[in-house]
Amino acid sequence: MATVDLKDVKKVYAGGIEAVKGVSIAIPDKELCVLVGPSGCGKSTLLRMIAGLEAISSGTVSIDGKVVNEISPTDRDIAMVFQNYALYPHMKVYDNMAYGLRNRGTPKAEIDSRVRSTAKVLELDHLLDRRPRELSGGQRQRVAMGRAIVRNPKVFLFDEPLSNLDAKLRGQMRVEIKNLQRSLGVTSVYVTHDQLEAMTLADILVVMNAGLVEQMGAPLDIYEKPASTFVASFIGAPPMNLMALGRDGGQPHLADGAKLGVEPPAAATTLGFRPEDALVLPPDAKQGGFVLPAVVEAVEPVGAESFLHCAAAGSRILVRVSGRATAKPGDKLAVAANSDKIHWFDASGKRV
Amino acid sequence: MIGSSSTRTFIAHAVLLLGILIVAFPIYYTFVASTHTLQTILRPPLPLLPGGEFWNNYSEALTGGVNRIGGVGVDVLLLNTTVMALGIAVGKICISILSAYAIVFFRFPLRMVFFWLIFITLMLPVEVRILPTYKVMVDLGLIDTYAGLIVPLIASATATLLFRQFFMTIPGELVEAARVDGAGPWRFFFDILLPLSRTNIAALFVILFIYGWTQYLWPLLVTNHNDMNTIVIALRKMVSFADADTQWHLVMVTAMLAIVPPILVVVAMQRWFVRGLVESEK
Repeated sequence: MATVDLKDVKKVYAGGIEAVKGVSIAIPDKELCVLVGPSGCGKSTLLRMIAGLEAISSGTVSIDGKVVNEISPTDRDIAMVFQNYALYPHMKVYDNMAYGLRNRGTPKAEIDSRVRSTAKVLELDHLLDRRPRELSGGQRQRVAMGRAIVRNPKVFLFDEPLSNLDAKLRGQMRVEIKNLQRSLGVTSVYVTHDQLEAMTLADILVVMNAGLVEQMGAPLDIYEKPASTFVASFIGAPPMNLMALGRDGGQPHLADGAKLGVEPPAAATTLGFRPEDALVLPPDAKQGGFVLPAVVEAVEPVGAESFLHCAAAGSRILVRVSGRATAKPGDKLAVAANSDKIHWFDASGKRV
Repeated sequence: MIGSSSTRTFIAHAVLLLGILIVAFPIYYTFVASTHTLQTILRPPLPLLPGGEFWNNYSEALTGGVNRIGGVGVDVLLLNTTVMALGIAVGKICISILSAYAIVFFRFPLRMVFFWLIFITLMLPVEVRILPTYKVMVDLGLIDTYAGLIVPLIASATATLLFRQFFMTIPGELVEAARVDGAGPWRFFFDILLPLSRTNIAALFVILFIYGWTQYLWPLLVTNHNDMNTIVIALRKMVSFADADTQWHLVMVTAMLAIVPPILVVVAMQRWFVRGLVESEK
């Protein structure tokens, strides 16, 4: 239905504060692009610029090949789902969904059939006469979705739509949003700070930091090849273990002076490996490659997996083991990682 | 609640009953006086129970045309006062909700200057600007008209501030959702802001209606003909004639009739009134 193109989009606020410092993203038709990053990274501002709720300082936003910088939100043919749902409190569910259509002069009969069929898809048909305050959080969320879907817009914009739901409902709605988006085939931009949502929903994942795109691509590519230490620690839960390398005397070593056992690229100053890629060996294991003696400090059993917090080579590392962990705090063991699971980063944090 | 023991309930009720007694007894006594003949009222002590002149007194006041106020019946006075009170209440609400809307939701040059200008007028009661206002009304030929009674009292900084405070609590997301839904400024105002302000409007209406109803100084200045008087003015005129016996029984009837409409308004809108002052519906 529509593509969304951002070309060098910038946002400078009145006090000279740059919230977005030049972002270019091309979202193909029918794909869901997730903007993820810590709070203050400019992801919401970017979304609001696509919506037209925030003026664009420079650069262009195009929807369906047409530059929309100067077009009002009403005429951009977008629909937005807000964090706090932003339902009209005095209107019934039916009217909440119908309001946008009425404002566009859609014939009554068509409004009615569209609202009812959308309500059916979202299992809201028995709630159409209720007011928002009589609904649960999950139901309000659905109404907010319904209000967006019923308009049949070119683009959906989601502004952290699940952050007010409890964890269980969030998981459920996440799947639902993905299914709906796929079946409706509407190009979407989704903002979140939750990396799990980002990973599972995205066709294109955009990791933002301090107003810039840190990395953009398919979620698993980003997971496997994070472009910087920022991305490495942001994507993946728990985050990647990062250890600084020392290099005096030409020979690379870890903080406590321990040898690496693998040869890092010349520019590398940071070594990283994911908790789930770490292997746990007995403390006296004689094995080549990257092996660190470690002491268990804490064990977090989660059920299907356990996390071991260890002290190794002068830093804290986290190791994931599947099932129940036999290790206890105070135990000595060795942590290893295959060399192809080790990530290297240079002094500026970029991947080597 | 805090007090659940029976002693506390008893004390709370006792205090409330005492309060009601203090407020209600003078009104009851006025009512009693309005049902006796003038002779009975003038010969103390006044009985504590209503007398038998109810119909006579009330029909004389409503239709007979009371001599003391130039042959104008209380019905005309009630009509005048109702028109003025309604005009002031509705006018104040319209003007203040619109100015608050402009100040909260629009960005225009000198926005804060206008806000402070409105705010400063809080410190200017009617009495301070009464002479220039009177001059303007004379020049416009509005003496002895409903417009003359209503218009100068319509602007209201208090109501504007009240609406402003309420509008500031409306989440920005709601405004944005409406924009995305294709609602322009007027649509947003009528479809969303106005329905959300219902309870505030009701509460303000009650307060402003009573404010308008009890206006004294301005109606006194701006009306010359007796048939444009408001009931409060007429009441005073009835009492202050020193060269004749005051018709106390009719004064009491007029007083009773003067307090009935505000009571009706309060009773009818009580539920809304309390809601408007207590909660902001979101």
